[in-house]
Amino acid sequence: MKINIKIALILALAAGPASAQTADVSILASTCSGCHGANANGSGGIPGLRSQQQIYLADQLKAFKAGSRPATVMNRLAKGYTDEEIAGLAVHFSRLR
Amino acid sequence: MTQFSRRRFIASAAGASAAFGLPAIAYGQGAARVVVIGGGFGGATAARYLKIASPQLQVTLVEPSRRFVTCPYSNLVIGGWRKIDSITFGYDKLTRAGITVVHDTAAAIEHDKKRVRLAGGRMLSYDRLIVSPGIDIRWNAIAGYDETGAQAMPHAWRAGEQTLVLRRQLESMPDGGLFVMAAPANPFRCPPGPYERVSMIASYLKQSKPRSKILILDAKENFSKQPLFQDGWQKFYAGMVEWVPSGKDGKVVKVDAKARTLETEFGQVHKAAVANVIPPQMAGRIARESGLADASGWCPIDAMTFESKLVKGVHVVGDATIAAPMPKSGFAANSQGKVAAAAAVAMLQGRTSPAPSMVNTCYSHVAKDYAISVAGVYRGTPDRGLIEVADSGGVSPRQWEDENRRLESVYADGWYASITGEMFG
Repeated sequence: MKINIKIALILALAAGPASAQTADVSILASTCSGCHGANANGSGGIPGLRSQQQIYLADQLKAFKAGSRPATVMNRLAKGYTDEEIAGLAVHFSRLR
Repeated sequence: MTQFSRRRFIASAAGASAAFGLPAIAYGQGAARVVVIGGGFGGATAARYLKIASPQLQVTLVEPSRRFVTCPYSNLVIGGWRKIDSITFGYDKLTRAGITVVHDTAAAIEHDKKRVRLAGGRMLSYDRLIVSPGIDIRWNAIAGYDETGAQAMPHAWRAGEQTLVLRRQLESMPDGGLFVMAAPANPFRCPPGPYERVSMIASYLKQSKPRSKILILDAKENFSKQPLFQDGWQKFYAGMVEWVPSGKDGKVVKVDAKARTLETEFGQVHKAAVANVIPPQMAGRIARESGLADASGWCPIDAMTFESKLVKGVHVVGDATIAAPMPKSGFAANSQGKVAAAAAVAMLQGRTSPAPSMVNTCYSHVAKDYAISVAGVYRGTPDRGLIEVADSGGVSPRQWEDENRRLESVYADGWYASITGEMFG
């Protein structure tokens, strides 16, 4: 019975909606550059993401997603990413040199 | 381009190759060849990202024009906010990134021989092909609207000379003249574009020809960001803009370009001082002539890879694709170009292509320091095709402080600088 539950759980996870799957971080990060620039350097009023602290990036994205940090467009966009994806993006941009 | 991204791509490619015991590029002699047709938002982005993902790849970009004028921000040229030079880009930086840029027209795709025949006679062989052909106008879909008619009644829906024709006509229009726009039914390039254009023209007329009027004859019942646009028109251009939906006889079916008249479905004839006809559209010629478009005139694609559903080995991106819920926008094409590039490289390396994630943010300027937006996050799924992530995205709030509208105008300018820099910088 225990084994069956485990198998069912594994199957359920494997068959979960694609939107809940964590996408490749390089693919995810490439979408950010449309606004934040090719090197994530930012442009004009749009801030750079490159080399920002990982904790700061993750916290801000989570705050955008939760609506606790006021924003124009980032709250609408951040809701499109899972917490795991946000964590991956924070690592990616914090390491970008 | 992003040094880190490049390293990551190489690292992940090498990792995958090691795991599956594959060489970095599956093709034996020399580097694999990818040809990209079309040097706009989809094609230029795909070419850049192919090189980032796999620097040894032979990437050839086929684009007839030496200078690319972006459709995004061309409405600002029409409104007199910007000069056309500021939205015109060359391909030098792509060449410097190792991309072979061929300024010629793709005359035909020979799928069986995996090669592209150029109008100049050259043949380009490929291992994978990415086609980003943009749109063509459906001439005479509106009776009387042909290439000659477009000189007198510009569409300005492919930026460049047409943009300037419309701008000059507005400059020579007398104060008190009637500007008429014919807006198309869905689907078409840049859903909010006609209404941003109206906003830009209203801003120009209010300042320079304040007795003039704007009439939008629309083939639709509603349009992108409609309440936000209409609030903005009321706020900044009250009494100047009239919008007529299809149900109120807004659909233009016939024009007389010389007489500058537009006739609607139920026979009303409108005489314009300046007319801008945005006609029905379809995928660019090379896609239609090479079997990539279906009966609708647009190109069906696989949501995971942007590979054509009609021809294997060929990816199609940008406005030519059937990619709803993604709009036909420059940003969407840019995002799709990245997905197609990653998929093409993965397939050449014998790997499964990475799960696609895409984004779109379309800003529209309404007045100085006042812009609005619509945003979306999209995923490709094996079973449900392209989807917008639930509870994300959407339009700017209707009740909002002016400061947020100002910020959106600042971010719009930042977006334009970033995305054009990523492609052409």
